[in-house]
Amino acid sequence: MIVAERKPIDEIIEKIKDYNKILLLGCNECVTVCEAGGKKEVGVLASALRMYFLNKGKEILIDEITLERQCDHEYLEEIRDRIDQYDAVLSLACGVGVQFMADKYLSTPVYPGVNTCFLGATEKRGLWTERCQACGQCILASTGGICPISRCAKRVLNGPCGGSTNGKCELSKELDCAWQLIIDRLKAMDRLDDYEKLADIKDWSSDRAGGPRKVVREDVQE
Amino acid sequence: MRLSYPTSIKIIRVPCTGKVDVIHILRSFEKGADGVYVVGCMEGDCHFNKGNFRARKRVEQAQKLLEDIGIGGERVKMYNLSSSEAPLFVEYAKEMSEKILELGPNPIKEAKKSLRGQNEAVSG
Ligand code: SF4
Ligand code: SF4
Repeated sequence: MIVAERKPIDEIIEKIKDYNKILLLGCNECVTVCEAGGKKEVGVLASALRMYFLNKGKEILIDEITLERQCDHEYLEEIRDRIDQYDAVLSLACGVGVQFMADKYLSTPVYPGVNTCFLGATEKRGLWTERCQACGQCILASTGGICPISRCAKRVLNGPCGGSTNGKCELSKELDCAWQLIIDRLKAMDRLDDYEKLADIKDWSSDRAGGPRKVVREDVQE
Repeated sequence: MRLSYPTSIKIIRVPCTGKVDVIHILRSFEKGADGVYVVGCMEGDCHFNKGNFRARKRVEQAQKLLEDIGIGGERVKMYNLSSSEAPLFVEYAKEMSEKILELGPNPIKEAKKSLRGQNEAVSG
């Protein structure tokens, strides 16, 4: 999923302080799971902002809506008939949702309430870690299902580098060396022979290096 | 044991402090409460194992938020006691009540009053 984190409240306040009617828009998907922008977080932030402005002598209208998703026309259309009631939208969706909103409602200012961080997993409640950088040419088949693109600081394809010590990355003692993890996993599967095979040069044109990407599926288009 | 505690305190009963969420605490302040304290069972004694630990975390989250928005994090507190400790319940109630008296009323309440005053002045 996409992992995000709520922006510091003072940064949010700075952006919205001149508006009187704000729609605080949550998203029911990834940002709900990482506890950054779901219905609950919308409620808490709305309450906190209302109190902040009241305390400054300003009564501000903050309506709360949480959509199923903000990255699909279908759901984002649900607010079309009320969008004009607001001076601005504060979106707690990831950057995709915020941009889809901006595309769709051309004249309404929209502000991000979260920092979109990475594609990751919930290791445990309150701990999310990066697992994929959407490189567009997945090589997990040859790395024992562990991604050296997102989990190795140097994106080394034939690792580890010389900095790997006792299973940890030279970046920090807290951080597992991705290549150590790959070797351990290949060993566990009795596939260490695969480790001996040199990885081909990776085609990075499908990564960000090739500019903004798209996936086209004419077979499913209407 | 018919002990008395400050009459300013309103008790909201929940099945377990694990039920208390940040939004409940914030809404209390929005509605004008001067302070909120959560009284849970002793740590390690929760019937649902983690309820009071969760409550403590949420109290901490609410403290941080209230601090950030200028209402003051000290207006929220978590206490733990066992159900047989009535004198301690009273002691905590008094402690919290004194703390709130010292901090003064919830600024939101005052702000609402003065805004209402302004609006009336405009319409009158
Ligand atoms: S190899 Fe690429 S697509 Fe596969 S997990 Fe890593 S970054 Fe994601
Ligand atoms: S120590 Fe391991 S994870 Fe860190 S940069 Fe080197 S190979 Fe990559």
